[in-house]
Amino acid sequence: MALSLSAMRSAPFSAKLGMSLILLYAVLAIFAPLIAPYAEQEVVGPTYQPWVAPYYLGTDALGRDVLSRLIYGARNTVGIALMATGLAFLIGSTLGLVAATMGGWVDTALSRLVDVLMAIPSLIFALLILTITGTSVVALILVIAVLDSTRVFRLSRAVAQGILTLDYIEVARMRGEGLGWIVRREILPNAAAPLIAEFGLRFCFVFLFIAALSFLGLGLQPPTADWGSMVRESARLISFANFSSWQTATFGLAPLLPAAAIAILTVSVNLVVDWVLHLSSGLKD
Amino acid sequence: MPTKLSPIPLLVLRRLGIGLLTLLIVSAVIFWAVELLPGDIATEVLGQSASPETIAAFKEQFGLTDPPMTRYLAWLGNAVQGDFGLSLANRRPIADLISDRAFNTFFLAGYAAAIAVPLSVGLGLLAALYRGGLLDRWISGTTLTVISFPEFFVAYILILLFSVQLGWFPSLANVTPDMTLADRLHTAFLPALTMVLIVAAHMMRMTRAAIVNLLALPYIEMAELKGMKAWRVIAIHALPNAVAPIVTVIALNLAYLIVGVVLVEVVFVYPGLGQLLVDSVAKRDMPVVQAACLIFAATYILLNLVADLIGIASNPRLLHPR
Repeated sequence: MALSLSAMRSAPFSAKLGMSLILLYAVLAIFAPLIAPYAEQEVVGPTYQPWVAPYYLGTDALGRDVLSRLIYGARNTVGIALMATGLAFLIGSTLGLVAATMGGWVDTALSRLVDVLMAIPSLIFALLILTITGTSVVALILVIAVLDSTRVFRLSRAVAQGILTLDYIEVARMRGEGLGWIVRREILPNAAAPLIAEFGLRFCFVFLFIAALSFLGLGLQPPTADWGSMVRESARLISFANFSSWQTATFGLAPLLPAAAIAILTVSVNLVVDWVLHLSSGLKD
Repeated sequence: MPTKLSPIPLLVLRRLGIGLLTLLIVSAVIFWAVELLPGDIATEVLGQSASPETIAAFKEQFGLTDPPMTRYLAWLGNAVQGDFGLSLANRRPIADLISDRAFNTFFLAGYAAAIAVPLSVGLGLLAALYRGGLLDRWISGTTLTVISFPEFFVAYILILLFSVQLGWFPSLANVTPDMTLADRLHTAFLPALTMVLIVAAHMMRMTRAAIVNLLALPYIEMAELKGMKAWRVIAIHALPNAVAPIVTVIALNLAYLIVGVVLVEVVFVYPGLGQLLVDSVAKRDMPVVQAACLIFAATYILLNLVADLIGIASNPRLLHPR
């Protein structure tokens, strides 16, 4: 894939914007303790302060600094979404590539299993499983990774089937290479490009999914700072939004801040993915 | 799928069979997932200190004494007849809890679909007709943005605008059974609009894509070369071949609506099935969760089935076999 520096320089404005925003989020998430003015769960002042220094985005119902919690939220929410997406790719692409390469009953059994999992809406299935396991971070990551791996499985299996018809695979097979070699050394390098673009899209889905679960009170649990739960905690305030004065206006906007943080990140990732897909498809306007 | 042309009834029967089988497997997954729960529902609900007599009585009341396979068949048989057993939390029949709420949920999803489908197909056609124009670019731009927004973000912005600032619609959509239809439509407008915004963008884009894909084909070029008007080419030549993909996308989005309704109901405190599901998950009320999951999953599978059936029935190549 042509993700070289020159390609980046010639990227359209939307892709550059997306990349800078993602970079900003990454910096915030990695250096959260250095950037945030207060600690994640520290009660720093009176409750429901307006947006004035030293609480630039006010304080929440317990008197915690909203800006600091937003910054730590980048770390928690995005971190868990990345872990779940990574695990989903590990499971999904391994099984998908192996299923395509081996064929036969392995392929049939795995494909039918994926069909069944995909027949149930993921949110509903996740709610069912989380009722059983209870809400913990590990359960959350595992459930989402398994549910999302079904889509990765479908894609990687389809990509691998296209590659398997090529001559060099035939040559490798005749050389007597094993399954592991064929999957890792012959198929994977050629299947990487579509899988990387898919990673961005899946990340968005997983990220929104976790935010939705947290918003429903079934994802990350308080007092961990997380954008979905922050929306949930401050949701009622929106009915008090009133633009007559700075204090009342900022007060009512509290639930929109974490929600906007979620929206901006997903938009940025989509902008970059759109550009990468455009590049790798070789389309020219 | 066989590559040679098959008669439509055979394909339809086959698809119906697969649909029913999927439903059966999914019901089994929903039931057995809970069975595999480590520990015992009775001790979970009654606490570790419950006496053996209380546990025995509890198991008797909820029919937990039989082997799991017997219970699965009984559960499935009763569920088909609308009897989902008793709720663990308040020991009331689940069917009573669910019936009103299920109606509310389907009402909301239907309301949203009634606005979203004509709107998005119409705009999608216009975008295909005026490719590269202002409307077209605007649609692809908004689609990307709206897809990336979490449902609750859209919902809160709508509340801020239409409820808090303008005061046109209530922010809490607490519909009651004795409301008139007009009142109901007014109260449920903001949740419906939220869902319209979420699904319409995707449907528009797919409608446009389905039509534009066909426009490169030789028979369309032929029609254009004959001097036919652009809208006629699209309406008479392109549309019949695009019906299958468009209908599939619509049904998929309706299926998505049924799921997306969960979040929207929670935001607007709308008394529907989704809210009941979320409450029951928090309370770990298994039978209610199973019942709600079964209804959601069944609706989702049925909508996908309908999409496939319409796709089969509306394929011109299958309708006029050579």
